[in-house]
Amino acid sequence: MSDFEPKIIAFVCNWCTYAGADLTGTSRIKYSPEVRMIRLPCTGRIDFMLLLKAFDQGADGVIVSGCHPGDCHYTSGNFHARRRWIIFRELMEFVGIDTRRVFFAWISAAEGAKWAQFVNSVAEDVKKLGPYESYKKAAGAGIE
Amino acid sequence: MSRIGVFICHCGENIAGTVDVAKVAEAASKIPGVALAVDYKYMCSDPGQNMIKDAIKEKKLTGVVVAACSPRMHEPTFRNACAEAGLNPFLCEMANIREQCSWVHEKSDVTTAKAIELVRVIVEKVKRNKPLYPIKVPVTKTALVLGGGIGGIQAALDIANAGHKVILVEKQPSIGGHMAQLSETFPTLDCSQCILTPRMVEVARHPNITLYTYSELESLDGFIGNFKARIRKKARGVDEKLCTGCGVCMQKCPQKKIPSEFDAGLGKRPAIYVPFPQAVPNKPVIDREHCTYYKKGKCRVCEKFCEKKAVRLDQQDEIIEVDVGAVVAATGYDIKGTDFFPEYGYGKYPDIINGLQFERLASASGPTLGAIKRPSDGKEPETIVFVSCAGSRDPAKGINYCSKICCMYTAKHAMLYKHKNHHGKAYVFYMDIRAGGKMYEEFVRRAIEEDGVVYIRGRVSRIYQEDGKLVVKGADSLLGGEPIEIKADLVVLATAMVANSDAEQLAQKLKVGYDPYHFLSEAHPKLRPVETNTAGIFLAGAVQAPKDIPETVATGSAAAAKVIGLFSSAELSREPVIAVVNRLPPPQFSTCTGCFLCEKACPFQAIEREEIKDRKGNVIKVVAKVNPGLCQGCGTCVALCRVKAIDLQGFSNEQILAEVLAL
Repeated sequence: MSDFEPKIIAFVCNWCTYAGADLTGTSRIKYSPEVRMIRLPCTGRIDFMLLLKAFDQGADGVIVSGCHPGDCHYTSGNFHARRRWIIFRELMEFVGIDTRRVFFAWISAAEGAKWAQFVNSVAEDVKKLGPYESYKKAAGAGIE
Repeated sequence: MSRIGVFICHCGENIAGTVDVAKVAEAASKIPGVALAVDYKYMCSDPGQNMIKDAIKEKKLTGVVVAACSPRMHEPTFRNACAEAGLNPFLCEMANIREQCSWVHEKSDVTTAKAIELVRVIVEKVKRNKPLYPIKVPVTKTALVLGGGIGGIQAALDIANAGHKVILVEKQPSIGGHMAQLSETFPTLDCSQCILTPRMVEVARHPNITLYTYSELESLDGFIGNFKARIRKKARGVDEKLCTGCGVCMQKCPQKKIPSEFDAGLGKRPAIYVPFPQAVPNKPVIDREHCTYYKKGKCRVCEKFCEKKAVRLDQQDEIIEVDVGAVVAATGYDIKGTDFFPEYGYGKYPDIINGLQFERLASASGPTLGAIKRPSDGKEPETIVFVSCAGSRDPAKGINYCSKICCMYTAKHAMLYKHKNHHGKAYVFYMDIRAGGKMYEEFVRRAIEEDGVVYIRGRVSRIYQEDGKLVVKGADSLLGGEPIEIKADLVVLATAMVANSDAEQLAQKLKVGYDPYHFLSEAHPKLRPVETNTAGIFLAGAVQAPKDIPETVATGSAAAAKVIGLFSSAELSREPVIAVVNRLPPPQFSTCTGCFLCEKACPFQAIEREEIKDRKGNVIKVVAKVNPGLCQGCGTCVALCRVKAIDLQGFSNEQILAEVLAL
């Protein structure tokens, strides 16, 4: 259990969360190293099927994070992401994917400390859940 | 075949202290498609950049990955270096192994492994990068300024003095706005019209400014650099070219008792009128709602007496179409009337007035020629009570914000009253005193210490009339909430500054956002206060939020600077990170099915409809098309396209998938 290094993929928006993570770096706040960030212009850009691809690649946890509602750099991209998330979460549950492994957050460019806190808590939660081996079973059940 | 160059930066000890950079370079060189992988102490330095440029030429690189700090820091640096070496700058990307790796993790194998993975992700992305070229959009170098108050005037003059053409559109018969109604301005007590009218005249005389008064914006189409505006020039009833401004028509008009808007309802005007003597242009307007000719078909006295035969009773509204490159919205504000307050009599008492009405009383060219007199009986008031925050900062009244100017103008009003009536008593009921500008605090102190204005910290709960006096019931919170009753001759409410009643309509015409109070939205409250999220549309003055004259002038000039910057080149160059709808040869033309979900979702209205026609002109299908001048590259449309007919250049589906698969 203590040797398990989870693989966590984060889809983040360039203007808020990516910038926030940069601030974490500039502030030299240390956090858990399992996260790999994929930079996107906006959370509205995220096709949620990408999350499934991430699990396909062996991810044990997935993060989606962007600007706070009302603060989207492109005005409304994060509202679209939020709506998609609400529906997609239902779909994931229906299909049998472990939704405890998907984390959705709003982290702004000023919230460097919050990003570190968030990543640490995600890493801890995923470590407790263990490696996501049952995804292959769910995937095989026909969501390719 | 990909030939990617990977350059790992040590960044001194910032990266090299935690990450084994040599190992990362070694691992990178083993990735298929990588032609070269090196590490160096400072990639952003001149020698570092030269390294990249030399490598591009020598190794014929097809793409560059710089693993260093955040792209938010140095992406432009490395993209420019690549461009100088002849490689399309969009074939260069950065892997963030500093802010998101070396600075946040301990020195260990895990950290080095993470850096290697991050590099691999970006290499896979760059393999699928396509060369992109800046988008050029032509610019019409004419600006449209909406609103002829001090904000609009400042913007118009700055743009015109820079050599560009300006069209200034003002709703009222004259420019000048609310500033023309003021008597003196704080903190200098300058006569408002004296400092304003020279600017008004300059606008009228300026060869680069075309002034349309008594006109409004009918519609605005197009996009930045290429707007098409339609202006409704309302029918004045007077031919402006013939009229000399002699004023005989106003003297002869039999209808003399119409409440004057300029005097905030305290003065009277005729049906054919010029709002104030210093109006620009000094040409009258016929108020068709009150004019006997338009109501009953009789009179025509003005027409008879006009020597120049300038009265045109059959004049119609005119629609004028103009091409402009940028728009400045400077349409200003409105003030709540006294009828907004049930506890103060719903506007029934004529001696309870608002701030703008007091300005007209105090003004030398106002209805009382500058003497402070009660509207009810014309007597001089012995006691005046000023109530601050009437409506503002009051969630119960639906206005949560502070109107900003009232503390200052209340102090000014009290001082002006005391200067004219040395023996009069002035009381101000206040909650806080907000005097943050230059010389503002000293001004308020002067009112209290030199002019003897009595400031009471507390609110006024009720005002009612009794025996010819207005009884003001309030509390003094500094004395523990002790109730206070003052019998006043005149009460001035510092009512809330609000958006114009047609502000929402204007915002929708301009396709600009607005807040729940109908103030128009700026692009960023701190760093972009005069821009909006609609490219090419700028804000000046109180249309964006309550502000005083110095701030309005500042934002007017700021908006003008943005416009001048926009006009400073023949073409607009934009970043090509935009969405594109695919186009294919016939018979498919595009996989787009024409559902236009993207059109609805786009926050910038950048999606248009394109009709694909055959040679005879029959429409085969209607598909989506992205306007490269408007698209900001957010990708919302890309994610929601059901058939994936639209893709985002720079963050394409292929690129992002490759990044995920590289992990």
